[in-house]
Amino acid sequence: MIRFVRVILAAPQVPECILPENLKTLRLDAWHRSKGSRMVPFAGYAMPVQFEGVMAEHLWTRAHAGLFDVSHMGQVQLWGSGAAAALEAMTPGNLQALKPGKIKYTLLLAPDGGILDDLMVTHAHDHLYLVVNGATKHDDIAYLRANLPGDIRLEYDDAAALLALQGPEAVTCLARLVPEVTDLYFMEAGPFHWGDIPLGISRSGYTGEDGFEISLAPEHAAAFADALCAMDEVKPIGLGARDSLRLEAGFPLYGHDLDPSLDPVQGDLTFAVSKKRALAGAFCGAERISAAFEAGPDKKRVGFAIDGKMPVREGAPIFAGDTEIGTVTSGGFGPSVGAPIAMGYVAAKYAAVGELVEAEVRGKRVAMTVTDMPFIPHRYHRKGAEQ
Amino acid sequence: MTRYFTEDHEWIDVDGEIATVGITEYAQEQLGDIVFVETPDEGRELTKGDDAAVVESVKAASDVYAPVDGTVIEGNAALADEPGLVNSDPEGDGWFFKLTLSDESQLKDLMSESAYNKFVDGLAD
Repeated sequence: MIRFVRVILAAPQVPECILPENLKTLRLDAWHRSKGSRMVPFAGYAMPVQFEGVMAEHLWTRAHAGLFDVSHMGQVQLWGSGAAAALEAMTPGNLQALKPGKIKYTLLLAPDGGILDDLMVTHAHDHLYLVVNGATKHDDIAYLRANLPGDIRLEYDDAAALLALQGPEAVTCLARLVPEVTDLYFMEAGPFHWGDIPLGISRSGYTGEDGFEISLAPEHAAAFADALCAMDEVKPIGLGARDSLRLEAGFPLYGHDLDPSLDPVQGDLTFAVSKKRALAGAFCGAERISAAFEAGPDKKRVGFAIDGKMPVREGAPIFAGDTEIGTVTSGGFGPSVGAPIAMGYVAAKYAAVGELVEAEVRGKRVAMTVTDMPFIPHRYHRKGAEQ
Repeated sequence: MTRYFTEDHEWIDVDGEIATVGITEYAQEQLGDIVFVETPDEGRELTKGDDAAVVESVKAASDVYAPVDGTVIEGNAALADEPGLVNSDPEGDGWFFKLTLSDESQLKDLMSESAYNKFVDGLAD
């Protein structure tokens, strides 16, 4: 065997002894290692890929509460009265309509409408707070700086920590430390305190479960993580389970399921696009995106249910008969689904739910059915929804 | 019966000219939860270093290489329904395949259990 490993989810798995030396370390690096994590390189950082095991961590998060260190992600602030309008010119959503304390998922677009990143934007009253992907943050910041007007100030705090607490028991646990968080609904955020320590908390996440993301100063991160993990319901969770959780939730992972060659219509992210703004030509690449609305995309991101037990992974070509019609961009075993699942792109005529296609894995054909995502229903704490 | 090991974390039990191949406790622990195993078909001729089997965990697919030359006489059919046997009993019921050895002299290139244990101890976790 076993050249560990032909494909790993998001991160290449290599034995620790050959971790590249120029990796940045997370503020919680020692904390992770003390909890038994295995570290892998991801987005330029040594990141915890697993603690007790991907399957157990995944199922724990769906049943209880999982604590993730996502401090590799970029936390960016935009200051200035025209910040929303300026950012809107590079994104397809209605950011100027965003109300204080609300969060929106959007996309950073290249001049040709290609997706440079996906990100969360929070209206933080006197500024906009952005969370962008770790692997793309430096490019994003350079692109924003180059394209924002001079009166918009961009601040980036490389040191700030970001923790995510996800799962059905997340609210109970976090409320023991910060009782006021129960006031937040899904996609709302605000400033809170843990004792004297300021926290920026949003009710959002990347697992499909109810949960929170907590931004705080790095010197308090270990104490805060300890306070959470002292609770019976909370365990630390690695990148491995983060990837299987987001795949079951149907979320694209930038750099795998989204890239600069793809636009939001191809990416099946039209919920994040204002058609009106596209037709008005109000953002980068609006022409391409309104044309895709008009004519339909040439290809589209879809989910796949897979026959049998063999996982179909990123890079597997997809066929209809002899014709290659697409590629799998994320795939693996879904621990909560109990079967292999995948997402990828297929030519538009094969993108309807129920279409039967085949992937090729190690020279063999595997039958797949185009299916709705998410694979596991989202369980958010939505305002107005029956709780 | 003699058990040999490789630097690729396989074990090989040799009984006469029949060898049984699996992956080690260390390998299963590194791979994590195993969800799929593909074993070679009966009759397949393997040359040392060939891709012989595939083992997939939640997060990754890994190749298992043929540790010696030989002809496959059986893949472990139990792994199709219960791939987790590789986690629970990697050096027993979780065996991968059996082959008839073509060249017994290749066995001298393999490690003994104590040499393998030393090899693993030398790998940083």
